[in-house]
Amino acid sequence: MTEHVLDAKGLNCPLPILRARKALKDVPPGETLKVLATDPGSVKDFEAFCRSTGNQLVESKVEDGVYSFIIKRTE
Amino acid sequence: MADATNAKRMSMIVTKGTLDWAYPPFILATTAAAMGLEVSMFFTFYGLWLLRKKLDLEVSPLGNPAMKMPLGGMHIAMPNLLAALPGATALASSMMKDMIRKKGIASVEELRNLALESDVKMIACQMTMDLFEIKREDLIDGPVLGGAATYIESATQSDINLYI
Repeated sequence: MTEHVLDAKGLNCPLPILRARKALKDVPPGETLKVLATDPGSVKDFEAFCRSTGNQLVESKVEDGVYSFIIKRTE
Repeated sequence: MADATNAKRMSMIVTKGTLDWAYPPFILATTAAAMGLEVSMFFTFYGLWLLRKKLDLEVSPLGNPAMKMPLGGMHIAMPNLLAALPGATALASSMMKDMIRKKGIASVEELRNLALESDVKMIACQMTMDLFEIKREDLIDGPVLGGAATYIESATQSDINLYI
């Protein structure tokens, strides 16, 4: 199982979400995508994105100004 | 492209063609498409300029007291008297584009391409094309030509309708 990571640091709304959508297409169902971002708005946005698309937000945390999200592709 | 879990629809009317007003429709269209919605955009009047092959968008500070640009830790609005001078629009536009680049914000061109890639349906208003003498070949590939009835049909099938 390869680790899928998307570096969206430095990008502003809506690019982290758009890039994540694209990256998720290459993630097989059941596997996870890790997204790194510096946009504070991305916290609420990834929650809403996952709720709307039916994917699972497994983890959302912030460390040293970098937000990281783990999204499990369930759709 | 709609996901099976969320095949909702959004339609919008895009009526404005300045740099600042170009962002909301393309940001919302691309994000909605990323969230699995089917999106339809109807470009009319000045909004039609957003479909031109070569985008040369500008923003004017004239009559816009809310346009306060960050400058040396403060926010400065340009007085109308200065904003009316030749070159003021070009200056404000290049300042805004410079800020956009530095803040990691997508360009309008980039968002427009992303919208097309994610199958956002675009409709160019035929009446506006006649009015402003805009030819089909002036516009990007992708949009179809239509009128009010085309928009109304897509609006009646939509969960979200926006007028921007």
